[in-house]
Amino acid sequence: MTTATHPPRHQLPSAARTARRRSAALGLLAWAAGISFCLPALWMLLTSFHSEADAATNPPSLAASLTLDGYREFFGGGGGPTPWPPLINSLSASLFSTVLVLVLSLPAAYALSIRRVRKWTDVMFFFLSTKMLPVVAGLLPVYLFAKNTGMLDNIWLLVILYTSMNLPIAVWMMQSFLSDVPVSIIEAAQVDGARLPTVLARVVAPVAGPGIAATALICFIFSWNELLFARVLTGVVAQTAPVYLTGFVTSQGLFLAQLCAASVVVSLPVLAAGYAAQDKLVQGLSLGAVK
Amino acid sequence: MATPTGPTPYTPRDGARSGRMRAWATRAPLLPALVFLVAVTQLPFVATLVISLFDWNSLDPEERAFSGLSNYASVFTDPALRESVLTTVLLTASVVVASVVLGLVLALLLDRAFLGRGMVRTLLITPFLLVPVSAALLWKHALYNPEYGLFNGALSWAAGLFGIDSPAQPDWISEMPLLAVEAALVWQWTPFMMLILLAGLQSRPAEMMEAARLDGAGNWQMFRHLTLPHLRRYLELGILLGSVYIVQNFDAVFTITSGGLGTANLPYTVYQTFYQAHEYGLASAAGVVVVIGTIMVATFALRVVSSLFREEATRA
Repeated sequence: MTTATHPPRHQLPSAARTARRRSAALGLLAWAAGISFCLPALWMLLTSFHSEADAATNPPSLAASLTLDGYREFFGGGGGPTPWPPLINSLSASLFSTVLVLVLSLPAAYALSIRRVRKWTDVMFFFLSTKMLPVVAGLLPVYLFAKNTGMLDNIWLLVILYTSMNLPIAVWMMQSFLSDVPVSIIEAAQVDGARLPTVLARVVAPVAGPGIAATALICFIFSWNELLFARVLTGVVAQTAPVYLTGFVTSQGLFLAQLCAASVVVSLPVLAAGYAAQDKLVQGLSLGAVK
Repeated sequence: MATPTGPTPYTPRDGARSGRMRAWATRAPLLPALVFLVAVTQLPFVATLVISLFDWNSLDPEERAFSGLSNYASVFTDPALRESVLTTVLLTASVVVASVVLGLVLALLLDRAFLGRGMVRTLLITPFLLVPVSAALLWKHALYNPEYGLFNGALSWAAGLFGIDSPAQPDWISEMPLLAVEAALVWQWTPFMMLILLAGLQSRPAEMMEAARLDGAGNWQMFRHLTLPHLRRYLELGILLGSVYIVQNFDAVFTITSGGLGTANLPYTVYQTFYQAHEYGLASAAGVVVVIGTIMVATFALRVVSSLFREEATRA
């Protein structure tokens, strides 16, 4: 399929023209697919800038004037509740757990790639197998434990659970990124008398740095998106943004423009992060197996 | 970082003691992560196993009693629970198959140079980057809503072009509940499959493709005999990772239908059994059943990943 742009010389010019025309048609088809896939999201964005009256018309009015009312209402402009506490809860739970994941997974990945423990592949598979354990299977004991220790409705509980949820992925990703650091360079630095902190800062970090950043981003996205734990284990105080969103409709009745504005706001950090790290995102989600 | 200063490999110290110490120094960085994971994921599962053997409703705490495997018997005989097993299988299989096929078509479209390819790719991955709850709310209220959702809006707009006054305005969610959930999930997961398969397509050895082309192979022949075999690992990886993630889906089922109208999958049922019905024993047994199902899928997944991984290990 890649040859369309380089037709072999022995082909007739008319064949080359057909190939070029076919290639242009397939390009248009790709554009059509891209736009139709994105259409629901674009629709959400457009609706978020409509007034409630314009948002609830059938057939839809594309020419309706744009307004920030949906966003203003969502942020409490009408005297309603503000989304700041849940947004801040989501932000802190995601950030703290990302830091904890890095603190735990970096040394582990070091032991699995640079100075390898024996049977390191078995250890890798243990990490992966915990990811295959569905969260519902441990939810009830965690709930009972939290209830009995007074840890319900507390973001630190979410931090711990999100860390366990993301740790296996992080270990796998980090392992694959740290394996990219040539061992010979590390040994050369050690022979020159460099201590471990120096080796890490001067040799490992520059090579593996971008990968480590991507890992952190993915852990952040997963924590930010999580609903089940947050729904069961938090209430009023530690409520996260996804939980707030699900409760949004029932408590206020359906205001479509406002709901769309809310969804846009909550998705914005993930969209920004995801666009920035498209390739690493796949690699992380496929646990480093696809490079 | 908790890494201890490593022993320098070129200054051998005497005896087995230093050897053992060195082994521990190598192992030590691994321990915090291992201990943490065992404590937070494995221990609760053991507790779930134990609770699943009890007849325990939290509204009736005095009645708690050991009941052996009777909760498991209930899971498999209770029609509602049995239906949710079926729903889970159906939901997972159809979403995975549809999103892999669509993802393959899109990956093939994007695996060629055309104007604005990067932009199209960005457009395509957007569904995957929306927060799952936002995506589910979007489908439920902005698209499926029978009165002013986009789908019915488009229907009445199209009907207006043909001068039809009262076009069909289906109530999508109540008329085809499972399909409604599946469509939203396929929309979200197709970009993931597309990205994995695109990575596969772009790792095809160019010389081989060129050689086949010079030998006179047609597009279909090249796809059938070169591309598809090369993509096999990536297809398997996509299918299995997709299965593991989608088997556990909670957000879409919870948001779009609240498990009603025959769309309750096992994760939702477990959630409901313990959170609303307070049947702790029964919920735990259902949770264990989910785990057994996932382990069956995951065994295949691990085998695939490990074959990818072995190549990686031999290369290193």
